[in-house]
Amino acid sequence: MLWYTGRRVLQMIPVFFGATFLIYFMVFSLPGDPIAALYGDRPPAPGVIEQIRAQYNLDKPLLQQYLIYIGNFFQGDLGTTYSGRPVSDVMAGAFPITFRLAMLALAFEAFAGVLVGLIAGLRKGKWFDASALVVSLLLISVPTFVLGFLLRLVFGVQLGWFRTTVSSEAPWGELILPALVLASVSFAYIVRLTRASVADNLNADFVRTATAKGLSRRRVVTVHVLRNSLVPVVTFLGVDLGSLMVGAIITEGIFNINGVGGTVYKAIVLGESTTVVSFIAVMVVIFVLANLLVDLLYAALDPRIRYAK
Amino acid sequence: MGLSALALISVSALALSGCATSNDDEATAAGDASAIVSTNGSEPQNPLIPTNTTETGGGKIATSIFAGLVSYNAAGEIENEVAKSIESDDATNWTVTLNDGWTFTNDEPVTASSFVDAWNYGALFSNAQSASYFFDDIVGFDYEVDSELTGLKVVDDTTFTVELASPEADWPLRLGYTAFMPLPSAAYDDMAAFGENPIGNGPYMLDGEGAWVHEEKINLVTNPAYDGVRKPVNGGLEIKFYSTQDAAYADVQGGNLDVLDAVPDSAFETYEAEFGERSVNQAAAIFQGFNMPYYLEHWSGEEGKLRRAAISMSINREEITDVIFQGTRTPATDFTSPVIDGYSDQLDGAEVLEYNPDEAVKLWAEADAIAPYGDTTFDIAYNSDGGHQAWVDAVINSVVNTLGISATGKPYPTFAAALEDRSNDALTGGTRAGWQGDYPSMYNFLAPLYQTGAGSNYEDYSSEEFDTLLKEGAAASTVEDATAKYQAAQEVLLKDLPSIPLWYSNVNGVWADTVSDVVFGWDSVPLYYQITKG
Repeated sequence: MLWYTGRRVLQMIPVFFGATFLIYFMVFSLPGDPIAALYGDRPPAPGVIEQIRAQYNLDKPLLQQYLIYIGNFFQGDLGTTYSGRPVSDVMAGAFPITFRLAMLALAFEAFAGVLVGLIAGLRKGKWFDASALVVSLLLISVPTFVLGFLLRLVFGVQLGWFRTTVSSEAPWGELILPALVLASVSFAYIVRLTRASVADNLNADFVRTATAKGLSRRRVVTVHVLRNSLVPVVTFLGVDLGSLMVGAIITEGIFNINGVGGTVYKAIVLGESTTVVSFIAVMVVIFVLANLLVDLLYAALDPRIRYAK
Repeated sequence: MGLSALALISVSALALSGCATSNDDEATAAGDASAIVSTNGSEPQNPLIPTNTTETGGGKIATSIFAGLVSYNAAGEIENEVAKSIESDDATNWTVTLNDGWTFTNDEPVTASSFVDAWNYGALFSNAQSASYFFDDIVGFDYEVDSELTGLKVVDDTTFTVELASPEADWPLRLGYTAFMPLPSAAYDDMAAFGENPIGNGPYMLDGEGAWVHEEKINLVTNPAYDGVRKPVNGGLEIKFYSTQDAAYADVQGGNLDVLDAVPDSAFETYEAEFGERSVNQAAAIFQGFNMPYYLEHWSGEEGKLRRAAISMSINREEITDVIFQGTRTPATDFTSPVIDGYSDQLDGAEVLEYNPDEAVKLWAEADAIAPYGDTTFDIAYNSDGGHQAWVDAVINSVVNTLGISATGKPYPTFAAALEDRSNDALTGGTRAGWQGDYPSMYNFLAPLYQTGAGSNYEDYSSEEFDTLLKEGAAASTVEDATAKYQAAQEVLLKDLPSIPLWYSNVNGVWADTVSDVVFGWDSVPLYYQITKG
């Protein structure tokens, strides 16, 4: 188990370099001069652009730029944005709020999704199951921005229960509405996954054995059915954590949250490679760790899965 | 701005110094003098150094925390702030006299050196300031090497002189722009740190260290030492940064934001009904059109002129501004803007901006007689991240329906990508073009865009007649003369159509019932100091 974990962590090294270089290359290849574009329709004196390009090493070839970046990276210097802010400051501003939002969304979709899915699976074909299927189908088919606008209009503007946007202090209460929007689609998928999985497992041999042993229905459902049904759900949650962290651009935009998705999007449009790559580097680490965690959880959930030395 | 106008400046200064402080307190009884007004903004692109602040996000903050020689009122006229007078006999050599008693918020007095040093800093080549070109008409300026502005001379603490390279009668008009603000001597020790926590002399100041929460907001409070013409009647400003106008609009609806100076497209149809008296839709100093490059076949010479006129007359501007923009744009009749002094809808040749399909078809046929257009597709380049697609498609449709040629919009993924082809003369057709005035003057709408070799003249327009008229306008000794020259220069543009004017952007704003006295300035930014709350 330890060996397995260690090997997986070591695998992060080539993934890290590969991913950062690829991203650096892609941002580098974006058409247009990012510095010239900063000034919009009113170009500054010609020398100004050249000096600023040199300041950000944009006048050097790709490989040299990347090596300078990586060299500084390992000395703890992530470079600066085109507005002169250290990228580390930008990350310190964006990651905590996105992380909190993602956790809230993840908690919501995990608990509510599994609960609804479990009940629906146990009562397959009954009215609860039918309505769970209809609601989840709706959530999957309605685009996030429609749901976001709708919830903001109803609960923010008309009823006034929630703030229309998240303030800069971002207390947990203000994050509830955005987290619900963010979690909606995944919630629907988890309901369906859990439901199908539970319905399958109900007919499995080990469940019949457990029931035959005379275990209480409660124990059969929670220990035998639910636990074994969680394997696909956990896989989904692991992948989803990554997309919740980067993929919240739309939700962040609607509720004016200064998070990771919006920051990376803005940096890509500006051609700000240092910002994009630094954020992606952290994302890569999060993705790899989340996947590792998922794999380790398999072993805990399903006794048939064991990792060899 | 001639001698008569200069006299006016001095008169208004006297009048203002007479009443600036005494009666203001009674007038403000309506609002709570300590109330903080919240409004929308965007993260400044650079640290808040005035000479490096040329975009609107940083601009509205810099204008609030600094006071220059003059400031602009709602109509875009200049009123003296730190300046007591700005005078010249020949429009080349200017003498600037300052009022006594102005201080920065660190108690340093504002002197002639505060201006001269700041301008020298802004102009110096190696400081790479985005606004450096604003100083290029002062003697000593150099675009390629570090060079002192030798035209600036400090006479004493309250007087300095300025020598311009050539006469410019309306030179004082630009002095309210952020580039011309004074800086305290503390700034030069560490300019980057200063830009984080700027020390100004304006109506507002930062609410302590760390008042600027990056990407979130900036908190300003009134500057008790400020005694100019923009004395605030509220307690301060909370400028919140929004990534989308739509979120800001929802915040006004939800009572989390007092004043919003932009309305998202999605609310164009409803905002006036929803906010009624608490909304504004008035022309602003923003000109929009599209340019046809002169390096393209068919678009230069006599043939080019005919084709440009034909395209222009084939566009139904009234209909597009009504249907696409719900009346939030005003069809163009010149190359400036209705809020600029000297704007006219009566210029000779302005009928080329009216929808006239028959004439358009006729002119296009005349051009075809010179050289057949063939089956080249007509296109207009735009950046697709800027919300331009709807109107570009509408313009293209207008052209197709009128002239029956094949035409299409040409989207670029980002502004940078579109700009690259523009600056490399690599366009295959027209390009979206826009201009927001830096300061309220016709010259600012004409010289940077159409003068031979000018910075934003990407499409290589060059007309001796236009350049001459522009120069004569700049050097004219009276406002009337200058305006007449600038209008004549625009009549040249109407014949040549280097840019095909489409419309002026309006400023669309809404505000909550918590505030009143919201008036928008010439630059589409509310006059924050006048807003009362509570």
